Amino acid sequence: MQSDLIAEVEETLKRIQSQKGVQGIIIINAEGIPIKSTLDNSSTVQYAGLLHQLVMKTRSTVRDLDPQNDLTFLRVRSKKNEIMIAPDKDYFLIVIQNPSD
Amino acid sequence: MSVPQRAGAAKTKQAISQSHSSKEAAAAKLLKAAVKKQDEDDGTEVGDGADEWMQRKTLIKPPDQVDLTEAELKEEFTRILTTNNPHAPQNIVRYSFKERSYKRIGGIDQLAIHFMLAGNLLHKDSDEARQQRARQGLPDEKAAVESIVAETEEEKPDSPQVEIEEVTEVGGSEDRPESVEHQAKRRDQKLKNQFKFTERPSQTLNNPLRQKGCQTELPPRSNFSATANQWVIYDAYMEELQKQNKERQKASLKKEEEKSKKKTILVETESDNITRVRQVAKIVERMVVQNTFDEIAQDFKYFEDSSDEFREQEGTLLPLWKFQHDKVKGLAVTSLCWNQRYKDLFAVGLGSYDFTKQGYGMVLFYSLKNPTFPEYSYITLSGVMCLDIHAKLSHLVAVGFYNGCIAVYNLKEKSTQPMYRSTAKSGMHTDPVWQVKWQKDDLDSNHNLFSVSSDGRVVSWTLVKNELVFTEIIKLSMGDGLTQGLEELQFLNPACGTSFDFHKQIDYLFLVGTEEGKIFKCSKAYSSQFLETYDGHHMSVHAVRWNYFHPKVFLSCSADWTVKIWDHTVRTPMFTFDMNSAVGDVAWSPYSSTVFAAVTTDGKVHVFDLSINKYEALCQQPVVPKKAKLTHIDFNLVYPIIIVGDDRGCVTTLKLSPNLRKKPKEKKGQEPPKTPEMEVAKMEKLLSLQREPDNSSLG
Repeated sequence: MQSDLIAEVEETLKRIQSQKGVQGIIIINAEGIPIKSTLDNSSTVQYAGLLHQLVMKTRSTVRDLDPQNDLTFLRVRSKKNEIMIAPDKDYFLIVIQNPSD
Repeated sequence: MSVPQRAGAAKTKQAISQSHSSKEAAAAKLLKAAVKKQDEDDGTEVGDGADEWMQRKTLIKPPDQVDLTEAELKEEFTRILTTNNPHAPQNIVRYSFKERSYKRIGGIDQLAIHFMLAGNLLHKDSDEARQQRARQGLPDEKAAVESIVAETEEEKPDSPQVEIEEVTEVGGSEDRPESVEHQAKRRDQKLKNQFKFTERPSQTLNNPLRQKGCQTELPPRSNFSATANQWVIYDAYMEELQKQNKERQKASLKKEEEKSKKKTILVETESDNITRVRQVAKIVERMVVQNTFDEIAQDFKYFEDSSDEFREQEGTLLPLWKFQHDKVKGLAVTSLCWNQRYKDLFAVGLGSYDFTKQGYGMVLFYSLKNPTFPEYSYITLSGVMCLDIHAKLSHLVAVGFYNGCIAVYNLKEKSTQPMYRSTAKSGMHTDPVWQVKWQKDDLDSNHNLFSVSSDGRVVSWTLVKNELVFTEIIKLSMGDGLTQGLEELQFLNPACGTSFDFHKQIDYLFLVGTEEGKIFKCSKAYSSQFLETYDGHHMSVHAVRWNYFHPKVFLSCSADWTVKIWDHTVRTPMFTFDMNSAVGDVAWSPYSSTVFAAVTTDGKVHVFDLSINKYEALCQQPVVPKKAKLTHIDFNLVYPIIIVGDDRGCVTTLKLSPNLRKKPKEKKGQEPPKTPEMEVAKMEKLLSLQREPDNSSLG
């Protein structure tokens, strides 16, 4: 069962990676330490550190407004690309995509 | 002259005789002053004593004194004496740590000290004074008192004590050597034998002092910091609540399981691997896909073909997403079904219509949110011919196979195997199952489904516990059902059922289409007879569908290139449409009683709206490349899109243009009627128009 789930997750990540314009995927745990990444180490660490804080702040904001609510995902669209972050209870998944590619 | 001199001299003499020599100088001065005064005076010898006295009282004016008038001199100036010290500050401020600010002090000391001198006088009765006297011995004043005391006790030391005390004690001291007085004396001084006393102090050994301390290990410390937000508190409470609930459940369970005594250890695997990211990965995938297919998503939501305003009797279909999967190459879409509950989820059944190329089949569930990958997929041994999703419990899917088998899948379970499966023993069909449909739960609230197959049987299956229990409803036969006694003979010509549909409102009424082209109207209650037979088509009927709104109208389509609309009380069709190619499937639209769509094997989708055009399609559009044949079609219940499946395993979504979605205009001044009634009325109008020419032709 476990191996099935792992395979499923791996496959999903592979599919995301193969989508048009996706530059990288990073998975970080609750403390902001990257577990898995398709980018190089320095970029990964940088993204992880900065985005972790952003997500914590966002989540705090959403929950302060209504404690029964929770953050589902966060999209940060910039001139060059788009960063999508989906937080889980203990993990964050970050995908960087350039949609116009 | 001599008198004053004498007076002065007499005074001086007196002074000398009486006082000390130190006063001589002062006297001499006085004398000199007196002499001086006398020289200045003009020798008035009257009242010498008075002279002297007056001389001393003469005012001496300084030269720069202010001259004041009499009135000014007599002016009274009031001087008030207060205790306020003018030099004392009036607004002393001190910092108060309690209030963390500077505060004025209330009372300000008005005491002004002009002169201070530390003295060295002791009161004679104070302790220190007594000690001093004890050391020095009493002064001579008290010698007389002491002598009395000394006489009686010579060896007793001189004791300077309070005079009062001694006087009172003198009387009795002779008789009482141990008087208080003497004891008091002893306290002050050490009793020393005056003849033979030597002091011999000795010191004992001081025990060596040693410090002994011990240090324990520091208790383990860790830094903890957290913010107490409203939601953190809320989370904590929710967790508590859940724990309590679990405990309650466990308590109730324990009572039940006491006998079995099974130990089930709940292992919550908090493994560090990626499985926890599953849910999140799904969300992110959808986000990424949404970006990729952004234009399509925008079209889906907002695009309305504006050219429809100019073309009144035409509409278009805008192609949106295409759903394809690698594993389904070579398989044709054999059935489509939208999920009632989740409006973006639909099921695709894949198999093969070709008799010779029978292989495996698949059931895929796609969501509009992610066209790249199915949400659920199941591979089956035999080709899937039909499927149906339960209306209320949308996790139950009934699937009919080419080999006559029926299976029910539960989407909530993670297994790839169906929950239930019919086998040869349990009444499996002997021919491919062409249609399955869920029905309402029976009296025991077991789920119930119907199936029709080419072996001529319509069977009802009930999900009882772990099994599928079948009940045959009807056996289809070619005869009209008039000859009642020849049931067995009749069944020698079984009709092959290819499709069926249940009436939306009347529960027991259903239609069955056959391969021979006939359509039977049947009831669940009567297993041998049909209520009605319609000679519908010349070739096999691919689909029969009741209208969503009008209770009497149904559609049928067939391989003989026609689509027919019927009123079930009339044996002949109301409308007939020729499509120029075999019609694979037909479907009513859920939003209008007069709109329906059909797909043909030449890859075209035809959309009709009978209220606008009774004879022609509003839209005839090829949606797939030429060689592909369209096999199935279905309308989405909420969004204005349709899905069409082809024989290449590809499902295309198309958006209906506004012309195809028209609702009849409301007449001015009238209230807008309720939709179903409106639809029914619309259809009725059409039908009545149709019937009139019929009647006239008959008559």
